[in-house]
Amino acid sequence: MKKTLFDKVWDSHVVHKINNGPDVLFIDRHMVHEVTSPVAFLGLKKRKIKVLYPERTFATADHNTPTLNQHLPVKDKLSANQLKALENNSREHGISFWGLGHEKNGIVHVVGPEYGITLPGATIVCGDSHTSTHGAFGAIAFGIGTSEVEMVLSTQCIMQQKPKSMRINVTGELDKGVTPKDVALYIISKLSTSGATGYFVEYAGNVFNQMSMEGRMTVCNLSIEMGARGGMIAPDQKTFDYVKGREFAPVGADWESVIEFWKNLPSDKGAIFDKEFHFDGKDIEPMITFGTNPGMGMSILKDIPKYNSKTGQEETYKKSLDYMAYKEGETMIGKQIDFVFLGSCTNGRIEDFRAFSEIVKGKKKAKNVVAWLVPGSHKVEKAIKDEGILKILNDAGFELREPGCSACLAMNDDKVPPGKYAVSTSNRNFEGRQGPGSRTLLASPIVAAAAAITGKVTDPRTLF
Amino acid sequence: MAYDKFQILKSTAVPLQIENVDTDQIIPARFLKATERKGFGDNLFRDWRYNSDDSVKKDFVLNNTNFKGKILVGGKNFGSGSSREHAAWAIYDYGFRCVVSSFFADIFRNNCLNIGVLPVQVSPDFLSKLFQEINQNPNSEIKVDLPNQSISILNIDLVESFEINNYKKQNMLNGFDDIDYLINIKSEIEDFAKKSII
Repeated sequence: MKKTLFDKVWDSHVVHKINNGPDVLFIDRHMVHEVTSPVAFLGLKKRKIKVLYPERTFATADHNTPTLNQHLPVKDKLSANQLKALENNSREHGISFWGLGHEKNGIVHVVGPEYGITLPGATIVCGDSHTSTHGAFGAIAFGIGTSEVEMVLSTQCIMQQKPKSMRINVTGELDKGVTPKDVALYIISKLSTSGATGYFVEYAGNVFNQMSMEGRMTVCNLSIEMGARGGMIAPDQKTFDYVKGREFAPVGADWESVIEFWKNLPSDKGAIFDKEFHFDGKDIEPMITFGTNPGMGMSILKDIPKYNSKTGQEETYKKSLDYMAYKEGETMIGKQIDFVFLGSCTNGRIEDFRAFSEIVKGKKKAKNVVAWLVPGSHKVEKAIKDEGILKILNDAGFELREPGCSACLAMNDDKVPPGKYAVSTSNRNFEGRQGPGSRTLLASPIVAAAAAITGKVTDPRTLF
Repeated sequence: MAYDKFQILKSTAVPLQIENVDTDQIIPARFLKATERKGFGDNLFRDWRYNSDDSVKKDFVLNNTNFKGKILVGGKNFGSGSSREHAAWAIYDYGFRCVVSSFFADIFRNNCLNIGVLPVQVSPDFLSKLFQEINQNPNSEIKVDLPNQSISILNIDLVESFEINNYKKQNMLNGFDDIDYLINIKSEIEDFAKKSII
C-alpha cells in the first residue's frame, strides 16, 4: 500500500487503536506557553500526577508579554500572574522554561525550529492553532485545546481521529515580489477558511521545494486559516541542513538513525490523497485581505469583489465589509493606513526582516504611520543587529521592539485603536483581533514595508 | 476531569445567524489571562454584546430576552480560528450545553467534546429550518437525543440524525474522561516511548 508523508508519520506514532474511535497518538515534542497551559497544570494537581516525560515538553512565554522594557516587572497584574504560573509549573515539573529575558525566549513556533526541537517525522503539539508551522520540517504538528494539553502532559499521548488527506500542488515560477505569504493567502482565498477543515494538507511542487525553511514555515503556519488541522512539506536536504547541529537535534549515532527514517518520509509515488488541488505560481500576485477572515484576500491590484453566493451568506459578507468600512468594487491600492505590524509566528523570522529592510532602505517611514517591528525571538533580534538590518531600519525611522506575539492577538499593550487600519504580517484579520474595533489588512512583509513608507496600500513592486 | 453527563436535552435555543463565527469573537484574547477556569461566560461574545463603554448592544441576540435556552445555534463554519479552549469554556459557563451548526472547525469541535458541550452538525437545510422556527417562535423546544443521535424541532415534528464517533459518545453519555483511559494504558505508552528514536 502506497503511503503519503502524513500516513508514514502518523502510523509510526500510533500507540493504541480504539474500535470506532480515535487513535492514541504518541507525541514526541510538546510546547507550552502561558495562556493555554495553567488550567492543564491545575488538572494535574487535582489528579495528583506529575508530567510523564518532562524532557519532551518545552515552555516559553510569548502571548502575553510586553514588547518594550522586558527587563522591568510586568505591569499588568493578570499577565504577570500568568507568566509566574508558567514559571512555577515548569519548575515544579522539571520542564525547560524560557521566560522573559531568557536568551532563548521568543514565540513558541519561532524558537522550536531555532533550537532543533522541531524535527522531521516527529509529532508536535502545542495549545496554539499555529502549531501547524512545524509541518515545514515534515512533522505532524497541530494545535490542541487545554484538555489535550493536560492529556499530553500526563500521558505524552493524545486521542485523535485520523484526518483525511489533501495535497496542494503549486508549480511554475513566482514573480518577483511574490512571497511565501502571498502563496498561502492565495491558496486560502481559493479554498476559503473552511475549505480544508477535516484534512491534513501536504504542500508539493517546485514552488515549495525552492522555498527557504522560513518560507515553508510561513506557508505551513497558515494551514489552519483554511481550516486544516495542519500542513506539511516533505523533508529534503535543505531541511536536514537546517536542523543539523541545533541544540536539541540528535547527534552522532542518533543522527544517523533518524536520517535514515527521514529520508524515507516523502509520499510514495502514486500515493492517493482524498482531495488534490493544483495551482500555477504565475497566477499569484502580491496579496492583501479586505475583509474579516483570512479567506477574504485578493491580488493587491484587484477591486473588492461584489458579493456572490459562492462565498457564503450575504449578511455575513456585508457585515464584514461594514466592519472594515469598505465597499464592494473599491480598489485597495491607495487606501490610507495607520499602523504597520511586522512580526508574529507567521512572519517574524530573520528572512522577513531582511525583506522588509530591503524595501525601506534609504527611504523614510511615512509620518502618519505607527510601525511595530517585533522579532519572533531573541535569536532573530540578535541576527537583525548582527546583519546590520537594525541600522537600515533606524535610518528609515523605524524602531525595533522586543520579541513576543504582540499585536498579532493584542493580549499585551500592542493594540491597534478602534477604527484604525493596520497592514499586518500576522495571520488573522478577525474583528477586533488586533484590539477592539481594529481593522486588519493581512499581507507579506514587503507589502507591509511599502505601506509603512507610503502611508497607504501600495504595490511593493513599484518601490523595487 | 470528568464532566457532566449528557443524555437527552430539551430546551429552547438561541439563534446566532452568522457564518464563520471565530473563537476571537466567542472570547476575545484580552480575556484569556486567567489561570483558572472561572467566569469566562461573562465575556462570551464580549464585543458583540457590549459597546466599548460596557453599555449593552441591544440588537445582539444574546441581549434579546425573547431568546434563551441551553442550545446555541450558529451559522456555517462555527468556531474557526484559535485553538483556545476558553471559547468552549465561555459557551459552557454562559449556560449552553449544545451547539448546533451545519459545519464546525475541527479544534473547536474537539474542545467542546472534551468539556461536555455537545457539537451537533446538521444539514444546511435543517439549519435554515431551525433558524426559521426559532425566529418565528422563540419558545419552540428543540430535543437533542444523544443515545439515538437525533435532533428534533418538536413544534414542526422535524427530525434529523447526527454523527458522533462511538468512543466520544460513550464519554459524553457517561461523563468519562480521556485521561483516565490513557492512564490505564500507561505501560503500553511507556513501551512505545522506549522504542522512540525522536
